Amino acid sequence: MAAPFKSMVSMVSTLFPTGMAHYLAGGLLIGLGVALLYLMQGHMAGMSTFFSSSWSWLVRRPHFQQGRLRESRSWRAVLALGLVLGGTLWWWLLGPAEPLATQVPAWQLLGGGLLVGYGARLSGGCTSGHGICGLSALQAPSLAAVLIFMATAFSTALGVAALKGST
Amino acid sequence: MTVSRMAVLLAGGMLFGFGLSLSGMVRPEVVLSFLQAQDFGLMLVMGGAIAVVLPAYQLLPRKLKAPLQGGVFELRPAAMNRNTLVGAAIFGVGWGLCGVCPGPAIAALGTGNLAIWPALAGIFAGALLQGWLVDTKRS
Repeated sequence: MAAPFKSMVSMVSTLFPTGMAHYLAGGLLIGLGVALLYLMQGHMAGMSTFFSSSWSWLVRRPHFQQGRLRESRSWRAVLALGLVLGGTLWWWLLGPAEPLATQVPAWQLLGGGLLVGYGARLSGGCTSGHGICGLSALQAPSLAAVLIFMATAFSTALGVAALKGST
Repeated sequence: MTVSRMAVLLAGGMLFGFGLSLSGMVRPEVVLSFLQAQDFGLMLVMGGAIAVVLPAYQLLPRKLKAPLQGGVFELRPAAMNRNTLVGAAIFGVGWGLCGVCPGPAIAALGTGNLAIWPALAGIFAGALLQGWLVDTKRS
């Protein structure tokens, strides 16, 4: 019995070199937050719409003044504030003394962010909207979207890593 | 908006943001380590969330007439069309480039990871561009 157990342990440490518990616990908490919002208010908490609905306060063009964005902009903004406060609570309770930082270059963050914002809004969802909410609602378009964005994201990240490795 | 509705939104958002932070999703490096096939933890985050949300989305509308604070159980507008699929492909390229998606971009601010601000600005700009072009094409 020992050998198969050992090989399973080594497979797990290969797939999850930093452990599994914090990932699972984090995922369950995200799920609890999303489920709570549905139980209490019936809202589906995909986060990318916040980035369009918030523009409805500033931009008068018809796309941003459509009912779906105007009517949801307030609750989406409060939910987003909750996300920030949740991040702060984690930092205060469990986080490092120093604020988190990133080594990813600014041009990658800005360029990637632009495509993330444009693509998610064109597609009608992101990792939370299609990935968590859409899949949980058993929607086929969301499953297709998740498979496609995983494929292009893996290709891009692996491609960028290969290019950087070769310089 | 009533105080009690606001309190629920903040509580739900805080669970969401705490979970994103605990699981490391607010660090672009952790997301990129998944997308470079070095650490598959992101699958556990998504799977853990779906394990809670899927039963909630499937059962609550059958068991309850309405959400506890009123309103209706919403449905996501979903269509299998070109925009959904092309948009997803573009989103993935951006995500693979920066390792930041919309939820973590917001939650990261609370963890003091202000260094990701270009990603947050980029997402706002991308969303503006998308809506702007919809109107330009229409007129």
